[in-house]
Amino acid sequence: MGKYILKKLLRLVPVLLGITIIDYAIMSVAGSPLDMLTGPRMTEQAIALRASRWGLDAPVWRQYLNWLGQVLRGNLGFSYKSYQPVTEMIGSHIGPTLLLMGVSSLLGFLIAIPAGVYSAIHRYQKRDYAVVSASFILSSVPGFFLALILIYVFTVVLGWLPSSGMTTGGVGGGFADVARHLVMPSIVLAVGVAGTNIRYIRSSVLEILEMDYLRTAVSKGIGWGRVVRHHAFRNALLPIVTVVGMQIPVLFGGAVIVEQIFSWPGLGLITMSAVLSRDYPVIMGVCLLSAVVVLVTNLLTDIVYALVDPTIQF
Amino acid sequence: MNHSNGRSAWQRFRRHHVATVCLGILAILLLMALLAPVIAPYSPTKPAGTFSQPPSREHWLGTDKIGRDMYSRVLYAMRVSLTVGFWATIISTAIGVALGLLSGWFGGWVDRTIMSFTDMVMSFPYILLVLVAAAIFEPGMTSIVLILGFVDWPGVARLVRGNVLSLRETNFVKSGVTAGMPGAWILFSEILPNTIAPVLVYATSVFALSILDEAALSFLGMGIQPPTPSLGNILNGAESLSVLTGKPWLWVPAGTVIILLVVCINFVGDALRDALDPRNLQ
Repeated sequence: MGKYILKKLLRLVPVLLGITIIDYAIMSVAGSPLDMLTGPRMTEQAIALRASRWGLDAPVWRQYLNWLGQVLRGNLGFSYKSYQPVTEMIGSHIGPTLLLMGVSSLLGFLIAIPAGVYSAIHRYQKRDYAVVSASFILSSVPGFFLALILIYVFTVVLGWLPSSGMTTGGVGGGFADVARHLVMPSIVLAVGVAGTNIRYIRSSVLEILEMDYLRTAVSKGIGWGRVVRHHAFRNALLPIVTVVGMQIPVLFGGAVIVEQIFSWPGLGLITMSAVLSRDYPVIMGVCLLSAVVVLVTNLLTDIVYALVDPTIQF
Repeated sequence: MNHSNGRSAWQRFRRHHVATVCLGILAILLLMALLAPVIAPYSPTKPAGTFSQPPSREHWLGTDKIGRDMYSRVLYAMRVSLTVGFWATIISTAIGVALGLLSGWFGGWVDRTIMSFTDMVMSFPYILLVLVAAAIFEPGMTSIVLILGFVDWPGVARLVRGNVLSLRETNFVKSGVTAGMPGAWILFSEILPNTIAPVLVYATSVFALSILDEAALSFLGMGIQPPTPSLGNILNGAESLSVLTGKPWLWVPAGTVIILLVVCINFVGDALRDALDPRNLQ
């Protein structure tokens, strides 16, 4: 097992390097952050000074290698805009994002798993069609539009929920306060998660329901309910693990938009402003972090898979 | 696919009543978008009346904050969104099919290189890639099409590769190889036609996704730029509280059209999957 994990880990390294190279290339094509420095006090001299301080006067491949060298020493650099260390910025914004992603994926799967299993058990009946149609509709509503509707209903009309930030007035705030702010953004993300995943879960459970061993179990006459609980569900967990793993990058992306609308103080918010102001170190830091998270999730999915599924050899 | 297969596929499609209705709705919306220059009563970019008017007989969906006719704007926006979705789907499907065919057919290092590149693109938070790319190019229709087209292909590539791998094991391909047919002939006359159905089904979901992504990007102000209307940038105006509360005609129609388009495309795609499934062919 250890060898299997090590092999997988080693294979991640080139992929991760590749991602950072693509990132850096795209970003450099996007334009230099020096273009954004305008103002009366920005003389050519001042710009040249910054260019050399930030290492932007070197060729792009050289800049990339410099960045990589610093990263290997654990230094993600400093923001061009706020002069804060990138690690510090990420550190202070990652909590809210994790909270949002965690709550919304939990909520999403709490809807998707029972609905998907229910739909598969009652396949080709009216109830199945109803669930599948609902999932289509849920996954077709653009997150930002749902956000607008929720704000309209719960903030404007009913006045129950706050529509921006994480705490009232941006200070402290207890558990209840954060929870109230969390309701709408996490519903928006959870609806997306549930909408797409009901169908994945339905089809993977369906596939298992058509297996011979289930037919055997049914023909033994132990009852449909027991067959589903003891034979089908445990096997269906495997593909569900994969689906959950696949959801992480999607959620991370969705969070960028949702955080923007609800001014949720997470990574998405700093990413958007970094992209707009071409804050290279911050963009690279967030991209690196998200790539690592995604790859590690894939790795964990593989490991869980290998542990659970006896047919996978390692 | 021959004539009788085509007919039985259509019969299977018709069994999905919801999808049939959706196909009708899509046809109407498409027609409205195509005929926008003819049926739109006013210019989508120039003021046509007093500003912020609620719906009336002159302006069916009211006017926006500078007096442009909302009905005309939504018609043109639909045109823009459908065009973006269409071309993004064509580009990403073409890239995906080409890379998938290469990868599945040649195998070996070609396969490994293409697939690890695919993994890289796939393990990227999608929106992040789109945002960074959108920051590069001058925002506008062409760049949105290119960005979405170059981001959406990995799913198609994987699908086609998997199909090629399983088709290579079929007897009709093997007999082609044994008979000494040239590789290109086998690839394009035997393998490609047999992957068209699943690719078509997948393409419908890419189409729906591209419409959603264009809307999201334009909503964030990084997509189609005003004054050109798009379903997303019309909704951008609804972020202000006064519009949200007092002027629902400015955001409800555009939002409804997006949902209608995407729901209908998804239902049609699902029915298509059923209708084109080779296991259902007699």
